[in-house]
Amino acid sequence: MWLGLMLAILVTMALALTRALLGPTLYDRILAINMFGTKTVLFIAAAGFMAGRPDFLDIALVYALINFIGTVAVLKLSHYGELSPAEDLDGDDI
Amino acid sequence: MSALTVASWALIACGAFFALTGAVGLMRLPDFYTRTHAAGITDSAGAGLMLLGLLLQAESFAVAIRLVLILLFLVFTSPTAAHALAQAALQDGLKPLLGRRR
Amino acid sequence: MTIFTAIDVVLFAILVACALGIARLRSLYAAAMLSGLFSLTCASIFVLQDAVDVAFTEAAVGAGMTTVLFIGALALTRSRERVTLPTRSYLALAVALAAGGALLYATADLPAFSAPDTPVQQHPVTERYLLTAQQEIAVPNAVTAVLASYRGYDTLGEVAVIFTAGVAVLMLLGKVRGTTERTPSAASGGLQRHHRVLRVVSKVLMPFILLFAFYVQFHGDYGPGGGFQAGVIFAAGIVLYALVFGLNTARQTLGLVALRLLLPLGLLIYAGVGVATLLLGGNFLDYNVLATDPVHGQHLGILLVEAGVGITVAAAMILLFYSFAGRGVSR
Repeated sequence: MWLGLMLAILVTMALALTRALLGPTLYDRILAINMFGTKTVLFIAAAGFMAGRPDFLDIALVYALINFIGTVAVLKLSHYGELSPAEDLDGDDI
Repeated sequence: MSALTVASWALIACGAFFALTGAVGLMRLPDFYTRTHAAGITDSAGAGLMLLGLLLQAESFAVAIRLVLILLFLVFTSPTAAHALAQAALQDGLKPLLGRRR
Repeated sequence: MTIFTAIDVVLFAILVACALGIARLRSLYAAAMLSGLFSLTCASIFVLQDAVDVAFTEAAVGAGMTTVLFIGALALTRSRERVTLPTRSYLALAVALAAGGALLYATADLPAFSAPDTPVQQHPVTERYLLTAQQEIAVPNAVTAVLASYRGYDTLGEVAVIFTAGVAVLMLLGKVRGTTERTPSAASGGLQRHHRVLRVVSKVLMPFILLFAFYVQFHGDYGPGGGFQAGVIFAAGIVLYALVFGLNTARQTLGLVALRLLLPLGLLIYAGVGVATLLLGGNFLDYNVLATDPVHGQHLGILLVEAGVGITVAAAMILLFYSFAGRGVSR
């Protein structure tokens, strides 16, 4: 059963990688790589359970955060052309 | 096999099914904006159901709380990333595909 | 073929596909993100090999900070690879094949995986590290025990390397300039509205990321973690803040004065522990003399040096990001 789960996640990862290599626009690639990252989180969690080592979940948690930060960085750069445009906050603090 | 294990594997199987469906959709759908839907399916239904299934099999409270935290972070970050991505693409002038592709 | 072998094969295939993609893609943004994906796959392979601390560091550094820094470097250069005419050099191909072939031939001589008669298994120092560490140091994570205590001198060198890298980047990239204030236009007003979701979610996530960094720092004795990983996660949190709210806001929160103070402070703490043990009558970095009970001395020593590592790594990574992000506009 674990093998089936890992294979499913691996197939998803491989398909995401294919889209990252193919995708005609940059945004297709960013989307696919973001998806690959979240699937890696699942892969680590499942591998931890399969090997009986639940402290792998810390690593999965880190990936989930790092994946998000990487996606935000690429979006900022490809959109603005630099990593830190001057944003004047309009003062509505939420 | 207790009922809890059966329920857990049922949830994990559903999650794997959704993940595979989303991945196939990522390959087959014609346009970037439709592909964000496919990727969103893998992140919300696929990952969510799989993590819930693993949660039913958790051995200790420490493991369970970590799984809940991963689930919470995924719930927070993947819709935000998808929204930001679609927003940036729209502002950059990527037009959605309306009507049949010639 | 066992399950693990099959999964390893698939992961290595993904690695090869990733590498081919990085080499062939013209768009450098995508290549930078694919390199992050490469690091994630490597980290998955490390997890399967049961090397958890290495996987942790690889994920945090390779998939997170390095991707952001590559993207920052791309802001300074062009974003698409220049088209060059393909040249053929058969001599270069022959040299590459010969070197690769020689390496492959040499690996045939390596002992089998987990064979019992390798020097790693036979040497008495392995038994010392794995078995008596529990009585001498009493730290459940053997990696932290070896890294911070048995091989503490080596880790001091690593922290010095990171400190040097931070100083070198500061020297090369010069003064960190703030981004120039632009007159607010209708476009920038509109963009504020569009990025509201990202700002709110980042505001909610930030405390958890920073808290998680502290958790990893102090939990490194019991599970995967430690100073290096904690420093990188802390820096990633500050990077997120700077990306979403602007570099100037981030510099007001955690400014250059504080960072330039923190960067050498970690190294000073680490070396200072060594000097303290010298003054207390032991060898350099011999933690046994730090407290009346040797085991407590070891715990105190490991706590202090890991804190030093975390502080320097975090400061170096944040300084690197500030230096890259403050550079300016791309073409």
